[in-house]
Amino acid sequence: MPSRLVKGVRRIGHRAINSVLRLGVASRFFVLVLFYSGSSFRRLHLIVKELFSTGVLSLIIILVSGLFVGMVLGMQGYDTLQRYGSEEALGVMVALSLVRELGPVVAALLFASRAGSAITAEIGLMKATEQLSAMEMMAVNPIARVVAPRFWAGVISMPLLAAMFSAMGVFGGYLVGVKLIGVDEGSFWSQMQSAVDFHQDIVNGIIKSFVFGVAVTAIALFEGYDAPPTAEGVSGATTRTVVTSSLAILALDFVLTAFMFRGEG
Amino acid sequence: MERTTIDLWVGLFVLMGLGAILVLALKVGNLSGVNMSESYGVTANFSNIGGLKVRAPVKSAGVVVGRVSEIRFDGERHEAVVSIKLDKQYSFSRDTSASIMTSGLLGEQYIALETGGDSAQLKEGDKIKITQSAVVLESLIGQFLYNKAADGGEGK
Repeated sequence: MPSRLVKGVRRIGHRAINSVLRLGVASRFFVLVLFYSGSSFRRLHLIVKELFSTGVLSLIIILVSGLFVGMVLGMQGYDTLQRYGSEEALGVMVALSLVRELGPVVAALLFASRAGSAITAEIGLMKATEQLSAMEMMAVNPIARVVAPRFWAGVISMPLLAAMFSAMGVFGGYLVGVKLIGVDEGSFWSQMQSAVDFHQDIVNGIIKSFVFGVAVTAIALFEGYDAPPTAEGVSGATTRTVVTSSLAILALDFVLTAFMFRGEG
Repeated sequence: MERTTIDLWVGLFVLMGLGAILVLALKVGNLSGVNMSESYGVTANFSNIGGLKVRAPVKSAGVVVGRVSEIRFDGERHEAVVSIKLDKQYSFSRDTSASIMTSGLLGEQYIALETGGDSAQLKEGDKIKITQSAVVLESLIGQFLYNKAADGGEGK
Protein backbone atom coordinates (compact mmCIF):
# COMPACT_ATOMS: atom_id res chain seq x y z
CA MET A 1 0.00 0.00 0.00
CA PRO A 2 2.58 2.64 0.98
CA SER A 3 4.65 1.86 -2.09
CA ARG A 4 1.67 2.68 -4.30
CA LEU A 5 1.24 5.99 -2.47
CA VAL A 6 4.91 6.76 -2.93
CA LYS A 7 4.60 5.94 -6.63
CA GLY A 8 1.66 8.32 -6.97
CA VAL A 9 3.52 11.16 -5.30
CA ARG A 10 6.55 10.42 -7.45
CA ARG A 11 4.46 10.58 -10.58
CA ILE A 12 3.05 13.99 -9.61
CA GLY A 13 6.52 15.27 -8.89
CA HIS A 14 7.81 13.88 -12.17
CA ARG A 15 5.00 15.55 -14.09
CA ALA A 16 5.57 18.90 -12.38
CA ILE A 17 9.33 18.88 -12.94
CA ASN A 18 8.83 17.75 -16.53
CA SER A 19 6.40 20.54 -17.36
CA VAL A 20 8.65 23.18 -15.79
CA LEU A 21 11.55 21.76 -17.78
CA ARG A 22 9.53 21.90 -21.01
CA LEU A 23 8.56 25.48 -20.27
CA GLY A 24 12.22 26.36 -19.86
CA VAL A 25 13.15 24.65 -23.12
CA ALA A 26 10.24 26.42 -24.86
CA SER A 27 11.36 29.82 -23.59
CA ARG A 28 14.91 29.22 -24.76
CA PHE A 29 13.57 28.09 -28.13
CA PHE A 30 11.45 31.25 -28.39
CA VAL A 31 14.45 33.48 -27.63
CA LEU A 32 16.48 31.59 -30.27
CA VAL A 33 13.72 32.14 -32.84
CA LEU A 34 13.70 35.88 -32.12
CA PHE A 35 17.50 35.94 -32.25
CA TYR A 36 17.62 34.36 -35.72
CA SER A 37 14.68 36.39 -37.08
CA GLY A 38 16.95 39.01 -38.59
CA SER A 39 18.40 36.63 -41.15
CA SER A 40 14.95 35.46 -42.22
CA PHE A 41 13.87 39.07 -42.85
CA ARG A 42 16.84 39.44 -45.17
CA ARG A 43 15.49 36.52 -47.20
CA LEU A 44 11.94 37.74 -47.53
CA HIS A 45 10.84 35.12 -50.06
CA LEU A 46 10.98 32.49 -47.29
CA ILE A 47 8.43 34.46 -45.27
CA VAL A 48 6.31 35.06 -48.36
CA LYS A 49 6.25 31.33 -49.07
CA GLU A 50 5.10 30.61 -45.53
CA LEU A 51 2.55 33.42 -45.68
CA PHE A 52 1.02 31.53 -48.56
CA SER A 53 0.62 28.30 -46.61
CA THR A 54 -0.47 29.87 -43.29
CA GLY A 55 -2.40 32.90 -44.51
CA VAL A 56 -3.74 32.37 -48.01
CA LEU A 57 -4.74 28.75 -47.44
CA SER A 58 -6.62 29.75 -44.25
CA LEU A 59 -8.60 32.39 -46.15
CA ILE A 60 -11.56 30.23 -47.13
CA ILE A 61 -12.29 28.85 -43.68
CA ILE A 62 -11.86 32.29 -42.05
CA LEU A 63 -14.11 34.10 -44.53
CA VAL A 64 -16.86 31.47 -44.53
CA SER A 65 -16.88 31.13 -40.73
CA GLY A 66 -16.87 34.90 -40.32
CA LEU A 67 -19.88 35.22 -42.59
CA PHE A 68 -21.83 32.54 -40.75
CA VAL A 69 -20.90 33.79 -37.27
CA GLY A 70 -22.07 37.27 -38.29
CA MET A 71 -25.33 35.93 -39.71
CA VAL A 72 -26.06 33.93 -36.55
CA LEU A 73 -25.23 36.98 -34.41
CA GLY A 74 -27.66 39.00 -36.52
CA MET A 75 -30.47 36.51 -35.99
CA GLN A 76 -29.91 35.88 -32.28
CA GLY A 77 -29.27 39.56 -31.59
CA TYR A 78 -32.45 40.57 -33.35
CA ASP A 79 -34.46 38.00 -31.39
CA THR A 80 -33.26 39.42 -28.07
CA LEU A 81 -33.21 43.11 -28.99
CA GLN A 82 -36.71 43.23 -30.49
CA ARG A 83 -38.16 42.21 -27.10
CA TYR A 84 -36.94 45.56 -25.80
CA GLY A 85 -37.96 47.43 -28.92
CA SER A 86 -34.41 48.37 -29.76
CA GLU A 87 -33.68 46.37 -32.88
CA GLU A 88 -31.82 49.38 -34.33
CA ALA A 89 -29.04 48.55 -31.88
CA LEU A 90 -28.42 45.31 -33.84
CA GLY A 91 -25.52 46.88 -35.73
CA VAL A 92 -23.87 47.94 -32.49
CA MET A 93 -24.23 44.50 -30.99
CA VAL A 94 -22.92 42.64 -34.03
CA ALA A 95 -20.00 45.01 -34.60
CA LEU A 96 -18.87 45.30 -30.99
CA SER A 97 -19.02 41.60 -30.24
CA LEU A 98 -17.16 40.79 -33.45
CA VAL A 99 -14.47 43.46 -33.28
CA ARG A 100 -13.77 43.09 -29.58
CA GLU A 101 -14.10 39.37 -28.95
CA LEU A 102 -15.35 36.97 -31.57
CA GLY A 103 -13.17 38.21 -34.43
CA PRO A 104 -9.80 37.79 -32.71
CA VAL A 105 -10.73 34.73 -30.63
CA VAL A 106 -12.61 32.61 -33.17
CA ALA A 107 -10.18 33.51 -35.95
CA ALA A 108 -7.29 32.50 -33.67
CA LEU A 109 -8.98 29.20 -32.76
CA LEU A 110 -9.54 28.45 -36.45
CA PHE A 111 -5.99 29.53 -37.21
CA ALA A 112 -4.65 27.19 -34.53
CA SER A 113 -6.48 24.20 -35.95
CA ARG A 114 -5.92 25.08 -39.61
CA ALA A 115 -2.40 26.50 -39.74
CA GLY A 116 -0.94 25.65 -36.30
CA SER A 117 -1.49 21.93 -36.67
CA ALA A 118 -0.02 22.02 -40.19
CA ILE A 119 3.11 23.80 -38.92
CA THR A 120 3.59 21.25 -36.13
CA ALA A 121 3.09 18.28 -38.44
CA GLU A 122 5.44 19.71 -41.05
CA ILE A 123 8.28 20.49 -38.66
CA GLY A 124 7.75 17.29 -36.72
CA LEU A 125 8.00 15.26 -39.93
CA MET A 126 11.06 17.23 -41.01
CA LYS A 127 12.63 16.25 -37.72
CA ALA A 128 11.49 12.63 -37.97
CA THR A 129 12.93 12.26 -41.48
CA GLU A 130 16.13 13.96 -40.25
CA GLN A 131 15.85 16.88 -42.66
CA LEU A 132 16.68 19.26 -39.80
CA SER A 133 19.82 17.28 -38.93
CA ALA A 134 20.77 17.25 -42.59
CA MET A 135 20.51 21.05 -42.67
CA GLU A 136 22.78 21.31 -39.66
CA MET A 137 25.26 19.05 -41.43
CA MET A 138 25.27 21.52 -44.33
CA ALA A 139 25.93 24.36 -41.85
CA VAL A 140 22.43 25.74 -42.38
CA ASN A 141 20.77 26.75 -39.13
CA PRO A 142 17.35 25.05 -39.14
CA ILE A 143 15.92 27.67 -36.77
CA ALA A 144 16.87 30.52 -39.09
CA ARG A 145 15.92 28.62 -42.27
CA VAL A 146 12.76 26.74 -41.23
CA VAL A 147 11.39 28.01 -37.92
CA ALA A 148 11.81 31.81 -37.94
CA PRO A 149 10.10 32.40 -41.33
CA ARG A 150 7.10 30.35 -40.20
CA PHE A 151 6.94 32.31 -36.95
CA TRP A 152 6.84 35.68 -38.68
CA ALA A 153 4.41 34.46 -41.32
CA GLY A 154 2.04 33.40 -38.54
CA VAL A 155 2.45 36.65 -36.63
CA ILE A 156 1.80 38.74 -39.75
CA SER A 157 -1.16 36.76 -41.06
CA MET A 158 -3.09 36.43 -37.78
CA PRO A 159 -4.19 40.12 -37.40
CA LEU A 160 -5.05 40.27 -41.10
CA LEU A 161 -7.16 37.12 -40.85
CA ALA A 162 -8.91 38.40 -37.71
CA ALA A 163 -9.71 41.72 -39.40
CA MET A 164 -11.13 39.86 -42.40
CA PHE A 165 -13.18 37.66 -40.06
CA SER A 166 -14.66 40.72 -38.32
CA ALA A 167 -15.37 42.56 -41.58
CA MET A 168 -17.01 39.46 -43.04
CA GLY A 169 -19.02 38.99 -39.84
CA VAL A 170 -20.32 42.55 -39.94
CA PHE A 171 -21.31 41.95 -43.55
CA GLY A 172 -23.10 38.75 -42.50
CA GLY A 173 -24.95 40.60 -39.75
CA TYR A 174 -25.90 43.26 -42.29
CA LEU A 175 -27.22 40.62 -44.71
CA VAL A 176 -29.42 38.98 -42.10
CA GLY A 177 -30.38 42.08 -40.12
CA VAL A 178 -31.07 44.55 -42.93
CA LYS A 179 -31.70 42.48 -46.04
CA LEU A 180 -33.50 39.50 -44.52
CA ILE A 181 -35.24 40.78 -41.38
CA GLY A 182 -35.63 44.40 -42.40
CA VAL A 183 -33.91 46.49 -39.72
CA ASP A 184 -33.57 50.07 -40.94
CA GLU A 185 -30.32 50.33 -42.87
CA GLY A 186 -29.50 53.89 -41.84
CA SER A 187 -29.79 53.32 -38.11
CA PHE A 188 -27.96 49.98 -38.42
CA TRP A 189 -24.84 51.71 -39.75
CA SER A 190 -25.09 55.04 -37.94
CA GLN A 191 -25.60 53.52 -34.49
CA MET A 192 -22.72 51.15 -35.20
CA GLN A 193 -20.46 54.01 -36.20
CA SER A 194 -21.29 56.10 -33.17
CA ALA A 195 -20.76 53.19 -30.77
CA VAL A 196 -17.60 51.58 -32.18
CA ASP A 197 -14.50 53.55 -31.33
CA PHE A 198 -11.41 53.19 -33.50
CA HIS A 199 -8.82 53.14 -30.70
CA GLN A 200 -10.87 51.57 -27.96
CA ASP A 201 -12.38 48.76 -29.99
CA ILE A 202 -10.69 48.20 -33.33
CA VAL A 203 -7.06 48.82 -32.35
CA ASN A 204 -7.50 46.74 -29.19
CA GLY A 205 -8.96 43.93 -31.31
CA ILE A 206 -5.94 44.07 -33.60
CA ILE A 207 -3.57 44.01 -30.60
CA LYS A 208 -5.42 40.96 -29.30
CA SER A 209 -5.12 39.08 -32.57
CA PHE A 210 -1.42 39.98 -32.78
CA VAL A 211 -0.82 38.49 -29.31
CA PHE A 212 -2.80 35.38 -30.28
CA GLY A 213 -0.74 35.08 -33.46
CA VAL A 214 2.50 35.11 -31.46
CA ALA A 215 1.14 32.56 -28.96
CA VAL A 216 -0.34 30.12 -31.50
CA THR A 217 2.64 30.16 -33.84
CA ALA A 218 5.19 29.85 -31.02
CA ILE A 219 3.33 26.90 -29.52
CA ALA A 220 2.94 25.19 -32.89
CA LEU A 221 6.60 25.64 -33.77
CA PHE A 222 7.84 24.43 -30.40
CA GLU A 223 5.61 21.36 -30.38
CA GLY A 224 6.84 20.44 -33.86
CA TYR A 225 10.47 21.06 -33.02
CA ASP A 226 10.17 19.15 -29.74
CA ALA A 227 8.13 16.23 -31.11
CA PRO A 228 9.52 12.71 -30.66
CA PRO A 229 10.73 11.65 -34.14
CA THR A 230 8.15 8.91 -34.59
CA ALA A 231 4.76 8.78 -36.32
CA GLU A 232 3.08 8.57 -32.94
CA GLY A 233 5.13 11.44 -31.56
CA VAL A 234 4.22 13.75 -34.44
CA SER A 235 0.52 12.97 -34.17
CA GLY A 236 0.62 13.56 -30.40
CA ALA A 237 2.44 16.85 -30.91
CA THR A 238 -0.18 17.99 -33.45
CA THR A 239 -2.96 17.26 -30.98
CA ARG A 240 -1.12 19.07 -28.20
CA THR A 241 -0.66 22.10 -30.46
CA VAL A 242 -4.39 22.50 -30.99
CA VAL A 243 -5.29 21.85 -27.34
CA THR A 244 -2.57 24.02 -25.81
CA SER A 245 -2.98 26.92 -28.19
CA SER A 246 -6.78 26.93 -27.79
CA LEU A 247 -6.41 27.10 -24.02
CA ALA A 248 -3.70 29.74 -24.35
CA ILE A 249 -5.94 31.85 -26.60
CA LEU A 250 -8.84 31.77 -24.15
CA ALA A 251 -6.67 32.48 -21.10
CA LEU A 252 -4.83 35.31 -22.86
CA ASP A 253 -8.14 36.70 -24.05
CA PHE A 254 -9.38 36.93 -20.47
CA VAL A 255 -6.22 38.71 -19.33
CA LEU A 256 -6.18 41.12 -22.28
CA THR A 257 -9.88 41.91 -21.95
CA ALA A 258 -9.41 42.64 -18.25
CA PHE A 259 -6.66 45.11 -19.14
CA MET A 260 -8.35 46.73 -22.12
CA PHE A 261 -12.01 47.10 -21.27
CA ARG A 262 -12.03 47.30 -17.49
CA GLY A 263 -14.72 49.66 -16.27
CA GLU A 264 -14.70 51.82 -19.38
CA GLY A 265 -17.30 52.79 -21.91
CA MET B 1 3.76 26.14 -57.25
CA GLU B 2 5.35 28.90 -59.31
CA ARG B 3 7.05 31.54 -57.21
CA THR B 4 5.32 34.46 -58.93
CA THR B 5 1.93 32.83 -58.33
CA ILE B 6 2.72 32.55 -54.63
CA ASP B 7 3.85 36.18 -54.55
CA LEU B 8 0.65 37.23 -56.27
CA TRP B 9 -1.57 35.34 -53.83
CA VAL B 10 0.32 36.60 -50.80
CA GLY B 11 0.11 40.16 -52.10
CA LEU B 12 -3.61 39.72 -52.60
CA PHE B 13 -3.93 38.27 -49.10
CA VAL B 14 -2.12 41.18 -47.46
CA LEU B 15 -4.16 43.67 -49.50
CA MET B 16 -7.40 41.98 -48.41
CA GLY B 17 -6.32 42.07 -44.77
CA LEU B 18 -5.41 45.73 -44.89
CA GLY B 19 -8.63 46.41 -46.77
CA ALA B 20 -10.58 44.68 -44.00
CA ILE B 21 -8.87 46.86 -41.37
CA LEU B 22 -9.71 49.91 -43.47
CA VAL B 23 -13.35 48.85 -43.77
CA LEU B 24 -13.53 48.29 -40.01
CA ALA B 25 -12.00 51.71 -39.37
CA LEU B 26 -14.13 53.70 -41.81
CA LYS B 27 -17.41 51.84 -42.13
CA VAL B 28 -17.75 50.18 -38.72
CA GLY B 29 -15.77 52.58 -36.53
CA ASN B 30 -16.04 56.32 -36.37
CA LEU B 31 -12.59 57.29 -37.62
CA SER B 32 -14.20 59.23 -40.44
CA GLY B 33 -16.49 61.02 -37.99
CA VAL B 34 -15.43 63.88 -35.76
CA ASN B 35 -11.72 64.27 -36.29
CA MET B 36 -10.42 65.69 -33.03
CA SER B 37 -6.84 66.32 -34.07
CA GLU B 38 -7.48 70.07 -34.05
CA SER B 39 -9.20 70.90 -30.81
CA TYR B 40 -9.21 73.29 -27.90
CA GLY B 41 -9.99 72.49 -24.28
CA VAL B 42 -12.38 74.22 -21.92
CA THR B 43 -13.63 73.20 -18.49
CA ALA B 44 -16.99 73.39 -16.76
CA ASN B 45 -17.98 72.82 -13.13
CA PHE B 46 -21.09 70.83 -12.31
CA SER B 47 -22.56 70.15 -8.89
CA ASN B 48 -23.71 66.73 -10.14
CA ILE B 49 -22.67 64.98 -13.35
CA GLY B 50 -24.99 61.99 -12.99
CA GLY B 51 -23.73 59.19 -15.22
CA LEU B 52 -21.52 61.27 -17.49
CA LYS B 53 -18.41 59.41 -18.65
CA VAL B 54 -15.10 60.28 -20.25
CA ARG B 55 -15.41 60.34 -24.08
CA ALA B 56 -19.11 61.20 -23.84
CA PRO B 57 -20.18 63.44 -26.74
CA VAL B 58 -20.55 67.19 -26.45
CA LYS B 59 -23.39 68.40 -28.65
CA SER B 60 -24.63 71.73 -29.79
CA ALA B 61 -28.00 71.82 -31.54
CA GLY B 62 -27.75 68.03 -31.56
CA VAL B 63 -24.51 67.94 -33.56
CA VAL B 64 -21.43 66.39 -31.98
CA VAL B 65 -18.88 69.21 -31.63
CA GLY B 66 -16.51 67.65 -29.09
CA ARG B 67 -15.85 65.05 -26.43
CA VAL B 68 -15.43 64.93 -22.67
CA SER B 69 -11.72 64.42 -22.09
CA GLU B 70 -11.45 64.28 -18.31
CA ILE B 71 -13.63 64.27 -15.20
CA ARG B 72 -12.14 65.28 -11.84
CA PHE B 73 -13.48 66.06 -8.42
CA ASP B 74 -12.66 69.44 -6.90
CA GLY B 75 -12.06 68.62 -3.25
CA GLU B 76 -12.32 72.22 -2.07
CA ARG B 77 -15.55 73.27 -3.72
CA HIS B 78 -17.03 69.76 -3.78
CA GLU B 79 -17.90 70.00 -7.43
CA ALA B 80 -17.13 67.93 -10.50
CA VAL B 81 -14.71 69.53 -12.96
CA VAL B 82 -15.34 68.31 -16.50
CA SER B 83 -12.73 69.00 -19.17
CA ILE B 84 -14.08 69.20 -22.71
CA LYS B 85 -12.24 69.09 -26.00
CA LEU B 86 -14.06 71.09 -28.68
CA ASP B 87 -13.47 70.89 -32.43
CA LYS B 88 -11.40 73.87 -33.58
CA GLN B 89 -13.69 74.66 -36.50
CA TYR B 90 -16.54 75.58 -34.15
CA SER B 91 -16.37 78.63 -31.88
CA PHE B 92 -18.71 79.45 -29.04
CA SER B 93 -19.38 82.71 -27.23
CA ARG B 94 -17.92 83.27 -23.75
CA ASP B 95 -21.32 83.04 -22.07
CA THR B 96 -22.18 79.66 -23.55
CA SER B 97 -24.13 77.48 -21.14
CA ALA B 98 -23.47 73.76 -20.66
CA SER B 99 -26.04 71.29 -19.39
CA ILE B 100 -25.95 67.54 -18.94
CA MET B 101 -28.71 65.83 -20.88
CA THR B 102 -29.78 62.26 -21.51
CA SER B 103 -30.37 60.95 -25.00
CA GLY B 104 -33.65 59.11 -24.87
CA LEU B 105 -35.22 58.02 -21.61
CA LEU B 106 -32.43 55.75 -20.43
CA GLY B 107 -29.73 56.49 -23.00
CA GLU B 108 -26.22 57.73 -22.51
CA GLN B 109 -25.57 61.18 -21.07
CA TYR B 110 -24.00 63.99 -23.01
CA ILE B 111 -23.22 67.67 -22.57
CA ALA B 112 -25.37 70.12 -24.50
CA LEU B 113 -23.90 73.53 -25.29
CA GLU B 114 -26.15 76.49 -25.91
CA THR B 115 -24.48 79.58 -27.20
CA GLY B 116 -25.10 83.00 -25.65
CA GLY B 117 -24.92 86.58 -26.90
CA ASP B 118 -21.38 87.59 -25.96
CA SER B 119 -19.24 88.62 -28.93
CA ALA B 120 -16.04 87.27 -27.30
CA GLN B 121 -15.27 83.62 -28.02
CA LEU B 122 -14.28 80.74 -25.76
CA LYS B 123 -10.54 80.12 -25.86
CA GLU B 124 -8.21 77.30 -24.81
CA GLY B 125 -8.31 76.92 -21.02
CA ASP B 126 -11.49 78.97 -20.52
CA LYS B 127 -14.18 77.94 -18.10
CA ILE B 128 -17.87 77.69 -18.93
CA LYS B 129 -19.60 79.55 -16.11
CA ILE B 130 -23.27 78.81 -16.67
CA THR B 131 -23.87 75.10 -16.12
CA GLN B 132 -26.83 72.93 -15.37
CA SER B 133 -26.34 69.62 -13.60
CA ALA B 134 -27.72 66.25 -14.55
CA VAL B 135 -31.23 65.43 -13.48
CA VAL B 136 -31.02 62.51 -11.09
CA LEU B 137 -34.06 60.28 -11.45
CA GLU B 138 -34.24 59.45 -7.73
CA SER B 139 -34.34 63.07 -6.60
CA LEU B 140 -36.92 63.81 -9.28
CA ILE B 141 -39.15 61.02 -8.00
CA GLY B 142 -38.53 62.15 -4.41
CA GLN B 143 -39.62 65.69 -5.29
CA PHE B 144 -42.71 64.39 -7.06
CA LEU B 145 -43.71 62.27 -4.05
CA TYR B 146 -43.10 65.19 -1.71
CA ASN B 147 -45.35 67.45 -3.80
CA LYS B 148 -47.98 64.74 -3.98
CA ALA B 149 -47.94 64.39 -0.19
CA ALA B 150 -48.23 68.15 0.23
CA ASP B 151 -51.23 68.24 -2.18
CA GLY B 152 -52.88 65.39 -0.29
CA GLY B 153 -52.47 67.28 3.02
CA GLU B 154 -54.26 70.34 1.58
CA GLY B 155 -57.14 68.25 0.22
CA LYS B 156 -58.18 67.03 3.67
